[in-house]
Amino acid sequence: MKSISKYIEEKNNIGEKVFSVFLTAGFPNKNNFTQLALKVLDAGADMLEIGFPFSDPLADGTIIQYSSQTALNNGINLKTTFSYLKEIRRETGKPIILMGYANPVLNYGVKRFADDAISYGANGVIIPDIPIEEYDNFYNNSFNGLDTILLITPTTSNDRIKIIDDKSKGFIYCVSVSGTTGVQYQDKSRSIDFIKRARNAVKKNKTLVGFGISSAEDAIQFSPHCDGVIVGSAIIKSLMNDDSNFKNTMSLVSKIKNVL
Amino acid sequence: MQQLTEYEFPDINGHFGKYGGKYVPETLITPLRELEEIYLSLRNDEEFTNELLKLNKEYSGRPTPLTFADSLTDYYGKGKIYLKREDLCHTGAHKINNALGQILLAKKLGKKRIIAETGAGQHGVATATVCAKFGMKCFIYMGEIDIARQSLNVFRMKLLGAEVIPVKSGSRTLKDATNEAIRDWVTNISDTHYIIGSVVGPHPYPMMVRDFQSVIGKETKQQILEAEKRHPDYIVACVGGGSNAIGIFYPFINSGVKLIGVEAAGYGLDTDKHCATLTLGREGIFQGMKTYLLQNRDGQVSEVHSISAGLDYPGVGPEHSFLKDEVKADYYSVTDDEAIKATQLLSRTEGIIPALESAHAIAYLEYLMPKTKKEDILVVNVSGRGDKDLDTIKNKLGYSLE
Repeated sequence: MKSISKYIEEKNNIGEKVFSVFLTAGFPNKNNFTQLALKVLDAGADMLEIGFPFSDPLADGTIIQYSSQTALNNGINLKTTFSYLKEIRRETGKPIILMGYANPVLNYGVKRFADDAISYGANGVIIPDIPIEEYDNFYNNSFNGLDTILLITPTTSNDRIKIIDDKSKGFIYCVSVSGTTGVQYQDKSRSIDFIKRARNAVKKNKTLVGFGISSAEDAIQFSPHCDGVIVGSAIIKSLMNDDSNFKNTMSLVSKIKNVL
Repeated sequence: MQQLTEYEFPDINGHFGKYGGKYVPETLITPLRELEEIYLSLRNDEEFTNELLKLNKEYSGRPTPLTFADSLTDYYGKGKIYLKREDLCHTGAHKINNALGQILLAKKLGKKRIIAETGAGQHGVATATVCAKFGMKCFIYMGEIDIARQSLNVFRMKLLGAEVIPVKSGSRTLKDATNEAIRDWVTNISDTHYIIGSVVGPHPYPMMVRDFQSVIGKETKQQILEAEKRHPDYIVACVGGGSNAIGIFYPFINSGVKLIGVEAAGYGLDTDKHCATLTLGREGIFQGMKTYLLQNRDGQVSEVHSISAGLDYPGVGPEHSFLKDEVKADYYSVTDDEAIKATQLLSRTEGIIPALESAHAIAYLEYLMPKTKKEDILVVNVSGRGDKDLDTIKNKLGYSLE
């Protein structure tokens, strides 16, 4: 299995930007989530972020709050998330990242989480409520085989970006606008200015842009200034009203990948 | 009497032992640091402390009295009971102490827009009040359920010019109002200051709110020395997030005074309808802090219950978690029914109708007083007045006003 950074680099080397899709585990349905994830990869996603749900998702807007709550109602926890991971990994070599909040991980056991994530085939983890201030209090050396991906935002200074770049593994998640996931752009040029600043300041890692990117049009505007894009809320929103084959969602995935 | 040993918490990273910290999304790190820097530069600044002192005195009516509760003392026939009268603060509860401190900080930070969460509505009213006084735009997040049970406070906030935003997510109470306020702050970081109402959330809030509330304990110390020439044996306060409790405890930590926090046991600890976080919770990471938390086996935050909206919260301030583990304070709980009985008792013996939150502290006297001796001295923090709860109490007691 290739590392995330190697995978991104190879895509970039053949002139492509990577496209990472966020799905909430067990959403919209518990029973065919694995099939959904594989379809998304077939439709053009290069990477998958699988969100494990939390009751109080602070960094998320209403759409991902809704998918998390639905997943919880569907009985999704870390154990079921790992069983999806295992099934998906059996069918793909593309990078898979687990994303969620610190408390379910703390409860599961931080070391046990890392051990299971690695053995079921995850490449990385994103925990948005563990900033570098708490990094060493939370992660331990059982995460050595798992990329801990950190975020930067428009409020992050260049000096701080350097420290985060040093700690982050896999890539740097650039939050394009201050706000929760699925936020609408008030001023897209300011977001693009930030992404340019970020890419200049980040030396070690690849940069992927997320929070707010909802269409192929957005992706075209950001892709020249980063190494890939991440789409979450727009995919979840599409899944909320899609047919049983997820036709509209797959066409959205293909459309975005085609411009990258 | 002096503090026996030094107590200097949190550390520079905002940790109380393993609790506290800054478990927040990256967007909030910079504004939290700015807030911390300005607060640390002003906390000992003479001009700033004088301005706050003057507001506390001339606007809020401090110092609040320490009342000897002679009838309540006679009722139990044991130790002497004093009441710290935060119910007599402007707006009717201790929440104004923190709101005044933070509005001065917001002014220094150049912020024009204020947001806050509220449960019982007391913090919302205090925030709306200081925003009116200082000419700031004010937005209060409040759970739909709390809006229904504290309608009088909702109207007070509106009268004061605040916009009350109903929160429909999750359990539709204080926890969810706090989530929404944090989401608002993440989105409007450049012009907005978030006035958290309790000693919860990420650093520096637990420290800063404690410092603003510690005026309660400082006054108590001076007043009890004047009245009794010594420290009390016990201090009792209710704990939801825990700001009134930490405010009265803080100057007495490590001084040999028994500090007792009283949580809400709701329908009882053997049901799932309570919010006795320190009694039945375990370590968790929630709303920016590591602290005791009521949660299920998957680490999902529990839906909790208390008749008192201000205590209806699944977390607790991280300093209380630390004080519990270090056995520097003890935590117990009383039920909704016990709190209602205590409300009636204090009303009839002392002519003071306490807030349902504060009634939890009074209710614990049923357990504590039999263990006291005649020469013992107790201080109970009456953190707020009960006017806002009259509907709830009336319904619970089955009274009809018709």
